[in-house]
Amino acid sequence: MAHSGNPIAGTGTGSSPRLFVARAANLLFTLSLTFVGLTAITFIIGRVMPADPVLAIVGDRAPKEVYEAMYVKLGLDKPLIQQYLIYLVNVLQGDFGKSIMTTRPVLDDLIRFFPATFELASIATIAGVFIGVPMGVVAAVRQGRLTDHIVRVVGLIGYSVPIFWLGLMALLVFYARLEWLPGPGRIEVYYDGIVEPTTGFILIDSAMQKEWEVFHNALSHIVLPAAMLTTFALAYIARMTRSFMLDQLNQEYVITARVKGLSEMAVIWRHAFRNVLIQLITIIGLTYASLLEGSVLTETVFAWPGIGQYITNSLFNADMNAVIGGTVVVGICFVGINMISDALYRIVDPRARR
Amino acid sequence: MNMHKTFACLALGLVLALGGTPATAKTPNDTLVIAKDMSDIITLDPAEVFEFTGGELIANIYDRVMMFEPEDLTKLVGGVAESYTVSDDGKTITLKVRAGQTFHSGNPVTAEDVAFSLQRVIKLNKTPSFIFTQFGWSADNVDSLVKPTDAMTVSLTINAEFSPGLVLNSLQAGVGSVVDKKTVMANEKDGDLGYEWLKNHSAGSGAFSLKTWKANELVTLEANPNYRHGAPGMKRVIIRHVPEPSAQRLLVEKGDVDIARNLQPDQIKGLAGNNDVVIGKYPKAGLTYVATNDAHEILSKPQVRLAMRYLIDYEGMVNSFLAGEYKIHQAVWPSGLWGSYDETPFSLDIEKAKALLAEAGYPNGFKIKIDTLTEAPFSEIAQSIQQSLAKAGIESDITLSEGKTLWPKYRARKHEIIVARWSPDYIDPHSNTDSFAHNPDNRLEAKLTGKLAWRTSWFDPEINVLTEGAAKELDLTKRKQMYAELQQKVQMVSPFSIMFQRSEQVVLRKNVKGFVSGSNFDLVFYRNITK
Repeated sequence: MAHSGNPIAGTGTGSSPRLFVARAANLLFTLSLTFVGLTAITFIIGRVMPADPVLAIVGDRAPKEVYEAMYVKLGLDKPLIQQYLIYLVNVLQGDFGKSIMTTRPVLDDLIRFFPATFELASIATIAGVFIGVPMGVVAAVRQGRLTDHIVRVVGLIGYSVPIFWLGLMALLVFYARLEWLPGPGRIEVYYDGIVEPTTGFILIDSAMQKEWEVFHNALSHIVLPAAMLTTFALAYIARMTRSFMLDQLNQEYVITARVKGLSEMAVIWRHAFRNVLIQLITIIGLTYASLLEGSVLTETVFAWPGIGQYITNSLFNADMNAVIGGTVVVGICFVGINMISDALYRIVDPRARR
Repeated sequence: MNMHKTFACLALGLVLALGGTPATAKTPNDTLVIAKDMSDIITLDPAEVFEFTGGELIANIYDRVMMFEPEDLTKLVGGVAESYTVSDDGKTITLKVRAGQTFHSGNPVTAEDVAFSLQRVIKLNKTPSFIFTQFGWSADNVDSLVKPTDAMTVSLTINAEFSPGLVLNSLQAGVGSVVDKKTVMANEKDGDLGYEWLKNHSAGSGAFSLKTWKANELVTLEANPNYRHGAPGMKRVIIRHVPEPSAQRLLVEKGDVDIARNLQPDQIKGLAGNNDVVIGKYPKAGLTYVATNDAHEILSKPQVRLAMRYLIDYEGMVNSFLAGEYKIHQAVWPSGLWGSYDETPFSLDIEKAKALLAEAGYPNGFKIKIDTLTEAPFSEIAQSIQQSLAKAGIESDITLSEGKTLWPKYRARKHEIIVARWSPDYIDPHSNTDSFAHNPDNRLEAKLTGKLAWRTSWFDPEINVLTEGAAKELDLTKRKQMYAELQQKVQMVSPFSIMFQRSEQVVLRKNVKGFVSGSNFDLVFYRNITK
């Protein structure tokens, strides 16, 4: 802790071994706390929910004997706390249990469904940042003028129009009318199984295996759903950037900079924008994390086999192993993104490096 | 309209970046693509399947002992069994296995496989096993009651009083699917009779074999070129999981799928002017009904139960929001099937209902709760009933729930009035009368939760005797008569007001021919489809 500030910007990840150990311990503690909290809450909610996990498997016409056999097999006859501990021990051994809906181990399911969501969310976030941030900055600089109004309206619409409706409209226009883009699905069904899933990310896998036709097909399929999520991300990021920038542009140091005769570009980007970055990183991190949860509506409209649909379907069917497994993944994403944001703070803000 | 502009610019940019993506590809000539909501599949093991989509898939993968063939859906014929003989006492059925059949693996279909498949259903003891356990088969005795007598002959002996006609009908159910013993046992783990493996693999002798099942994504079936009726018309059938009906509509309109299965009535109406698609309408055996709980003080009064039937606006509903998909049917066995009873004595009659309520001692009505499913059209039906009940002074509250929440409540007898649906488990009137009318033990601890009569606490000794009698009658003409009599009585006195029978509406591309969808959920056949 007695470490003095590192003079070289960009190496803020901790260079002394003690600091590293402390950070690692901190991280481990956060992770395990998040994990235990998440699983415990999800587990309890799952058990007190009126939906019956046994019926989800045996169906509503099951005779008594079949029902009771499954009840015992699922371990539901044991006390709640014991059930939870058994679950926890299994998870620590890498066993998330089996999903009722897919009959496969939950871990396998997560490995299959999460990349689909990850691809979408990453593209949407990146596009959202690259379009939304400049939009927000321009709007702030041209406050009250036409550009500003347009950005604000776009932001309002992107944020308030139901994504479900927007998705269907997009399909209607770009798929059904204009025929520019393919319809719902992650890839044309005939291409299914051509690419060996090594990473699970269809774009990466197909590119690595040089299956350009598959790559092209997958890319064209991702455009519309990614655009939907991008509108959402972009709207939020642009709105926030605009208001952060407005705050900064009214500060005295900006006036000073202008008085010094700096060019307007330098004032905006080198001075004001740098001070907005920290807040922006938080906003972007939150946006990304919320997209990684999976957008159920977008995934439903576009028949996208992502984690949002998986968790929701599982929840409706009282498939608790799957729900908890999915929740843990989402939790890990949140923690991970938080850590990345923290690291970025250190890079961007010398004060955070201590 | 700013949004559209920005959005169009954005999308245009992306499209240009992609270098002009080719427009939609039409489905290949040798492949059938179906869009369907498949979130209900939880297994593809024929000893366990009890869901709609799963039932349909195994019907195309496995041949069953007895079958309805797509060429004539009204006639029960031998499937894997070529012929059968029934002993004089009606207790033993001897099946002759059809010669020259092979499984997808290439193994020949033998008596050994047939006996194994039926025994397996009993030993695994999954939900649909009750279809067989009612014959007195159990894990302890099934090996001696169901056994091969030579390489191509199987003998089945039942231990209970049942008409052999009923036994043969039940061999047509999903549990009558014949699995490849060698393949299944090669994949056995810890004595599970291949249960874990067969959940997502196939080992049948039907028209198609299962290539892949990716939950929430797709199912691929591959044609069996050696099928006993000849190779199917399509080399491949791909069923895509498309949960959103509007997306299904777009896909079928563009020709990216050949068949869309889950369109809503209003979307079907919207397709009326489209010459690229045709709408197929297939009557199903699914019934929609209202059940009153007989353990409820007021609802247990016979006059109140009868009054319920006059407080449903059958005509009003089928002429409005149910138009095209539902028709009025008021008996427990659906019309169009052997043994059906098509009388519809009830219609909305507030005055008659009021008189009956007054007779029961409730001239000013009462308060009651209605439970039903969230999905369409159940909430609309419940609302219609709520309105007509109100006209007779009955004040009601509607609770909408998902099935997974509603069924536990129903099975625990905690409902007052419930609006629900029912489809037969196999094509024999006993499948429904056994559930709606037969309740041998009405005690709470008996937990006969699979039977609707028990769930509604309805116990009528006379009806029980009639149900049992009809199930064991050997003479077919007499049996049919008995079902008419039984259904007429149930129609008048039971807590069930049967209302409607459903039709499935399917949207097909114009060039798709030979799609067959029979009365039951698992009588959907892909093998005659051409395009």
